[in-house]
Amino acid sequence: MAKEVSNLEQFKDGVLGNNPVLVQLLGMCPTLAVTNSLENALVMGMAATFVVVMSNLITSTLRNLIKPHVRILIFTLTIATFVTIADLTLKAYIFEVSKKLGAFVPLIIVNCMIICRAEVVAIKKGVAKSLADAFGIGIGFTLALSILGVVREILGSGTLMNRQVLPDAFLDGHTWVIMVLPPGAFLTLGVVVGVVNHVRARGAKGGAA
Amino acid sequence: MSEAVEEAKPAPAKKEEEAAREFLVSSAPHLAATTTTRRIMFEVVFAMAPLFLVAIYMYRVSAVVLVVCTVAGCLLSEAVANRIRGRSQSSLGDGSAVVTGVILAFSLPPSLHPYMAFLGGVVAIALAKAVFGGLGQNLFNPAMVGRAFLMICFPAAMVTWTLTAPMREAGVDAVSMATPLYAAAKNLGLPALSDLFLGNVGGCVGETSTLAALIGGLWLVFRRVADWRPVVGVLGSAAIFAAIAHLINPGEYEGPLFHLTSGALMFGAFFIATDYVGAPLSPIGRLLFGAGVGLLVMLIRLFGAYPEGFMFAILIMNSLTPLIDRWTVPKPFGGHVAA
Repeated sequence: MAKEVSNLEQFKDGVLGNNPVLVQLLGMCPTLAVTNSLENALVMGMAATFVVVMSNLITSTLRNLIKPHVRILIFTLTIATFVTIADLTLKAYIFEVSKKLGAFVPLIIVNCMIICRAEVVAIKKGVAKSLADAFGIGIGFTLALSILGVVREILGSGTLMNRQVLPDAFLDGHTWVIMVLPPGAFLTLGVVVGVVNHVRARGAKGGAA
Repeated sequence: MSEAVEEAKPAPAKKEEEAAREFLVSSAPHLAATTTTRRIMFEVVFAMAPLFLVAIYMYRVSAVVLVVCTVAGCLLSEAVANRIRGRSQSSLGDGSAVVTGVILAFSLPPSLHPYMAFLGGVVAIALAKAVFGGLGQNLFNPAMVGRAFLMICFPAAMVTWTLTAPMREAGVDAVSMATPLYAAAKNLGLPALSDLFLGNVGGCVGETSTLAALIGGLWLVFRRVADWRPVVGVLGSAAIFAAIAHLINPGEYEGPLFHLTSGALMFGAFFIATDYVGAPLSPIGRLLFGAGVGLLVMLIRLFGAYPEGFMFAILIMNSLTPLIDRWTVPKPFGGHVAA
């Protein structure tokens, strides 16, 4: 942190350079658990984005009032408040999806990605920068989940957003069941992270030269 | 003595001569054996020929199609992996991918869609071998990983068994049938031991014939390509546990002969459990490895949800290999050095 980064850079860093899922490998639990369809992935991504934005906003606003030794407590309370709001909103308006996501919406409370942003950025930086960071991280998280969701839904169920995209004749109607199951999540994540690392290594080489 | 003195005299001429002579300085071993990966792998392929012939006799063209598809899948993903890693394509020629493909094909049901077999080959090399660093680096047996992937991916297609060609010609009417192990698990009628031994029963492409597996396997052991320890471990422990179960409840559990001749046991003991990479290094460790595989196979067959468990047994024991290696560090020559 030698020089101050602009808000836009902070935002871009969250989406690409420091993508919470694909680079930092944070928030693995929802990443692996709810990405068996694009719809689930998007809803989970948006819920997490809402929580990280609100938590960064509140934490950053109160940063001068928060005593260092109670900060974790404050973070957790703030996050828990907005997770409850997100959970109840999902239950009220899209009950079906909320039922599919199950315990993983309340579990956003313990998503280390969110508390990490509060600790790393919101407690130290101004409101604007914290918001830019939260949006970047949230959108990066949603993007990563969506990539997994697209791959797993197409291969595992032959559909995308619940609409059929693979013809029935494909593989005589046998979709890759493994992709809907947890092993498929691990395999897809491993391959995607591998590709991202490969691209990053290449970019770093090109940048240095 | 005098000769040495004489030779020392014409020094200038001698020096030139020595300079012209080539001195080859190298570390041991000075005698290189002709054993190469390529030779070992093709010896294994050769040993699988009897199994392949039985498979062609039993399942005709579908056996050939499956083998071609899995081998093509393995070679293709090996080539792509080499390309991505910027390595030479020489590993295509060493035959290791071919062996993986053939073993995978032999462990598939004959009616499987060729596309699925191809996918299994791709997954076997890409996810089980290439990502760990290629030949010799993999933690798990690639063929068994490919099969496990297919098993979870296409659970219905992977347990659809067809009649063998000789049965069809004999006028059996059913289009599909239970494998002997499935029949044993559900207390259905069992085939004769002689049919099991020769391979005229439902099952995977190359696993049904105990006789062919024995011929090829014993050849490998005789050639010392395969170590006898994992083979004895697998067959011995499976036989012992089958015998124990049979003695406790003969009505419920079949005897050891049935278990040794059915399913993947004989093929797996000789061709899968003897894989160098996933097995422990020490001799006693390899014996333990085999015994563990045999025990797990019998546990899965007798008490598990799947009728056959060779694949899972191998994968589980692969994951225990580092532990076994640690337990069985051989005593160094001259005894341990006090730490």
